[in-house]
Amino acid sequence: MSSSLKALAIRLAPQLIALVVILSLNFIMFPQFFNIVVQNDRLYGSLIDVLNRGAPVALLAIGMTLVIATKGIDLSVGAVIAICGAVAASSIVSGNSLAYTLVVTLAVGLLCGVWNGFLVAILNIQPIIATLVLMVAGRGIAQLITEGVIMTFNDPGLIFFGSGSFAYLPMPVVIWLLVGAIVILLVRRTALGMLVEAVGINRRASTLSGVRTPVLLMAVYMLSALCAAIAGIIVAADIKGADANNAGLWLELDAILAVVVGGNSLLGGRFSILGSLIGAMIIQAVNTGILLSGFPPEFNLIIKAIIILVILIIQSPALQSAAAFFSRKPAESAGMRVEQPK
Amino acid sequence: MNSRYLPLLATIVIFILSYAACAAQYPNMLSTRVAGNLLTDNAFLGIAAVGMTFVIISGGIDLSIGSVIAFTGVFLAVILRNTAIHPLVAFAMVLVITTAFGGLMGAVIHYLKMPPFIVTLAGMFLARGMSYVLSIDSIPIEHEYYSTLTGIYYRLPGGGRLTLIGGIMLIVFAAGIFLAHRTRFGTNVYALGGGVQTAELMGVPVAKTTIQIYALSGFLAGLSGIVFSLYTSAGYSLAAVGVELDAIAAVVIGGTLLTGGAGFVAGTFIGLLIQGLIQTYITFDGTLSSWWTKILIGLLLFAFILMQKAILFLSSLNKRYA
Repeated sequence: MSSSLKALAIRLAPQLIALVVILSLNFIMFPQFFNIVVQNDRLYGSLIDVLNRGAPVALLAIGMTLVIATKGIDLSVGAVIAICGAVAASSIVSGNSLAYTLVVTLAVGLLCGVWNGFLVAILNIQPIIATLVLMVAGRGIAQLITEGVIMTFNDPGLIFFGSGSFAYLPMPVVIWLLVGAIVILLVRRTALGMLVEAVGINRRASTLSGVRTPVLLMAVYMLSALCAAIAGIIVAADIKGADANNAGLWLELDAILAVVVGGNSLLGGRFSILGSLIGAMIIQAVNTGILLSGFPPEFNLIIKAIIILVILIIQSPALQSAAAFFSRKPAESAGMRVEQPK
Repeated sequence: MNSRYLPLLATIVIFILSYAACAAQYPNMLSTRVAGNLLTDNAFLGIAAVGMTFVIISGGIDLSIGSVIAFTGVFLAVILRNTAIHPLVAFAMVLVITTAFGGLMGAVIHYLKMPPFIVTLAGMFLARGMSYVLSIDSIPIEHEYYSTLTGIYYRLPGGGRLTLIGGIMLIVFAAGIFLAHRTRFGTNVYALGGGVQTAELMGVPVAKTTIQIYALSGFLAGLSGIVFSLYTSAGYSLAAVGVELDAIAAVVIGGTLLTGGAGFVAGTFIGLLIQGLIQTYITFDGTLSSWWTKILIGLLLFAFILMQKAILFLSSLNKRYA
């Protein structure tokens, strides 16, 4: 157990170091950054704010990690957030109970996932294109549900998911921690995680060796959409309304970024949900830091772009093979040379 | 019948049928005024879509074009407001910047072996961020040369106007078709889309071609930005959000295979016209809401992807029993 913990620490070291560096930069520019106070039975402070504001991207990153591990991508999650927010708002506005609203919203989310999964797993369409369909049409569907207006509501039960608190933590934080823990246990305490990696590394080979690839792919896209639906409820509850145009806009890109920052390869295979969650927090810490430090928010995107670029260069296969070449032990390299004249 | 031409043929048939259906309901749709406006309103999207066609034929994707269009607009507006530089010089400057930007992304994609999706995503953030830094306000462009340029048009029979920017788009499409089918660069792009390794073994200069493809896409996105700034007479850093998706949709509806290696620039033109037609129909109808555009385009995308799948499946059957 301790050796696997050590392996985990080594695997996540770059992400943890990056997070610590960014948090300490925030601390230097804004000394009250780590202050946390308790008010009205809830923790307040910049650190809690990072956890809270990062909730939608963290939730999306959980599902996105598994999708990317199967060598796929899910561009539709932002649109699914808009659809599910619209469904939740219109259901609660038309007088349905909270439980009914939540069930319907999550069911609609799952339906979106079934659609994506059907295109990818059954029709064998490239994931980027298959999910593009829902990304383009999704916002239209969301506007259809809200009839083109920002649908506001003031049901305290639904609002609780955005601004309520549980055990001193804001509700969104509780939700993403809980969902993250459940999914991590699900994929790592069973063989599911390994099967997902197998599909990502070689779909044909895993199908031939008996993995039920279509079922697995379908499940992965359904999970991604389910996470998006939960994020949609949080986003709608946070602003007490459903904004079909702007809810979850470009969050799919942030989620993909979180997964990549978390050290997962876009080419599929090995994955770490914990890494992605740390990645989501890194992104949010950057956002919060830029806001707090009084930097013009205009620089936000440029800094993000630079971070992606740096991480890309570190992860680049070209650079890694160069690094492997230089760090190779002499004996090993001599052995290699015999096998590969190149 | 070569199965290569089937997607293009289907696109053209769908366009003619839907135009006929629209015209049957609203005879005014046939007028050259509508046609002229269709070209003018979609000029910037069309120019960007030509670049996207090359990128997708080569098996890549370029997510940065919407941001580059916005950057171009803001850059021009700031330059023309703060300095006495002539617009034509400013156009040249911005085209150099966007071409270099595209080329740089191509170099990163090739030399660092990174997926185009994530590299151009970084490019998208960078270009959008740069335009925020230049200005977060919408800046009007009040240069008299701009009004001269926007005033130029060719009167079509029937009272329609082929404006300068509509004309530029048609020229870009013509040049794109020439580039794709009559030059060595075009052949290289198709070869690259068929498989990087195969292309390399055939002697295609992969590095040069990849950089050229993304530089071309950057150049056309810059040109599209210039056209967009002529169209709106303003520069705004939040403009042209999501244009890359519309461009990808136009390319796919135009029959280009997203796996790369097969497609036509002319098809993209028809794809663009179909999108424009949906918008025009919704304007004519007046009762349909604008969000139907998105839903219909999504459905069309889905239909075309399914059709491509079916064609690939049928052609593989043919090969098996040939």
